[in-house]
Amino acid sequence: MKIKLSKKWLASPYVIWMIGFIILPLITIFIYGFTVSKTDSSFTLDNIINAAKDEVNLKAMGLSLLISLISTVICFLLAYPLAMCLNNLKMKRKTFVVFLFILPMWLNFTLQMTAINAILEQEGILNLILTKLGMDPLHIANTPYAIVIGMILDYFPFMLLPIYNVISRIDHRLIEASRDLGANNFKTFFKIIFPLSLPGVISGVTMVFVPAISDFAIAEILGGGRLLLVGNIIEQDFKLGKYNTGSGLALILMAFVLITMALTSGKSDKEGGSML
Amino acid sequence: MEKLLELCNISKSFNKELVLDEFNLYVKRNEFVTLLGPSGCGKTTALRIIGGFEKPDRGSVFFEGKDITDLAPHKRNLNTVFQKYALFPHMNVEENIAFGLKIKNKSKQYIEDKIKYALKLVNLDGYGKRSVDAMSGGQQQRVAIARAIVNEPQMLLLDEPLAALDLKLGQDMQYELIRLKNELGITFLYVTHDQEEALTISDTIVVMNQGYIQQIGTPESIYNEPENAFVADFIGDSNIIDGTMIEDKLVKFLGVKFECVDVGFGSNKPVDVVLRPEDVILVDPQDSELKGVVTSLIFKGVHYEMDVMANGYELLVHSTKMLPVGTQVGVCVDPENIQIMNKPASEDEEVASLED
Repeated sequence: MKIKLSKKWLASPYVIWMIGFIILPLITIFIYGFTVSKTDSSFTLDNIINAAKDEVNLKAMGLSLLISLISTVICFLLAYPLAMCLNNLKMKRKTFVVFLFILPMWLNFTLQMTAINAILEQEGILNLILTKLGMDPLHIANTPYAIVIGMILDYFPFMLLPIYNVISRIDHRLIEASRDLGANNFKTFFKIIFPLSLPGVISGVTMVFVPAISDFAIAEILGGGRLLLVGNIIEQDFKLGKYNTGSGLALILMAFVLITMALTSGKSDKEGGSML
Repeated sequence: MEKLLELCNISKSFNKELVLDEFNLYVKRNEFVTLLGPSGCGKTTALRIIGGFEKPDRGSVFFEGKDITDLAPHKRNLNTVFQKYALFPHMNVEENIAFGLKIKNKSKQYIEDKIKYALKLVNLDGYGKRSVDAMSGGQQQRVAIARAIVNEPQMLLLDEPLAALDLKLGQDMQYELIRLKNELGITFLYVTHDQEEALTISDTIVVMNQGYIQQIGTPESIYNEPENAFVADFIGDSNIIDGTMIEDKLVKFLGVKFECVDVGFGSNKPVDVVLRPEDVILVDPQDSELKGVVTSLIFKGVHYEMDVMANGYELLVHSTKMLPVGTQVGVCVDPENIQIMNKPASEDEEVASLED
């Protein structure tokens, strides 16, 4: 019993952190979200109802959902085959190659986004090359496409790592057993490898989708300030002192995230829990 | 009986280390053949080459007369029971057993019947819906066997399937395997490092070391007439003593001449003499020329294990008679229990047979 207590005690620094920076702000958001204004603390659902009615908000929510979904799907489509390839590499090279793909995480975020802008903008490197090749320049900068590209670059490692982790832990004998029982490579993948890698996929999807749907920084830099995602509107509301409407919108966003996580976590528990 | 499987001149190395060298073996239909040897002797590699999981560097694998050396594992009409079972953790017992049948698009009714039959065969009636994680090692083992046999393979490959089980359970499973083999009429190729296991279950034992076959024979011939010191040492306990073949049916070791039954070794040739510990008889000192003294005594349940120092050699002796440490004894051996082996002809052969 004493040992158990002392182990619990070890978590206390984080518990203090959690109370100060997660629980209290969350409570504050709930209070703001369900009250009229800073001076009038009577209960109301107007913040949420109005936020959900407002056309600009709805458009932003739609765009956020679409962009984050597309980014998540593309990240997944890029990461899964790559994770399979990495797993087939020889041990020595494996660590190095995985490190290469994680490297972008070490680069300063603003620098990354500015670099993408420099590549994509009207007079940027990409269009320079395209015109040199005699093709029409592309208008990608300040469009949702630019935001999607930025998100993929920024969030890709979070998709790759959990999937790679799970795939690399699949017992090779299971694959041999499947082959032994008559399954070709294709069937072995869909009946054995993919189902067993689901916990990693779910982790990856959650870790890309959740930050992507509430993102505002990427949209601000790569959207040129013209494209509003939910995150941008919340940010604006708070900057303008409209704490109550901002919190209302934040609560709706939170509901989105919770629904996604509920949808995925049930599955992930069944498969033996996520690896991250 | 026809040859079901034949390996011809198989060579295989990993990282330039030769694991199998010019390996030849055949298995007849309905036979229970065991590859027996210490770890690293190449037995598992041989099995994996037959299963199709490794490609030999040289040589061919023939199955039912056809060359299957380059055939993918899923196209071979044989199934493997893997070490530690390799059951699919995301499927329950039934789904695991049905896997191979579903791949082959068998009808639902057929699959259901097969599952029922297989579960009964391995004594797991009613366990179909269980999660494989919720089963004991022995039960998982049975599921793995059921998963393999529902496909009605011509041949079942078993890679140390009992190694992860405790002693008693492992022994029970040995009898189960013999029963299964008799009921199913499938050919078994079994890999183990456990000599007792091999002696119990096999029709034919192939003793391997360092990628070479040391001896092929029935359990009785392997145990009673080991062909070289490695086999004698590996199969059961034995005393291997330097000796001289004086003439046919007369051998001298530990300074004393003994009658034996072996002939054809020439005269005054150096040989290895193998004495099984249970064949050494301890008598009164005056009844034998070879005299010794008991130096250690351990109770082993079925018998006592004693060390007897005789003319500078410590003999291992199993006896139901208890003789306290320090007892003066005479040592006797019946002529038919003295096993004579040629000394290895070259140093290479010595290395190949003795190094582990």
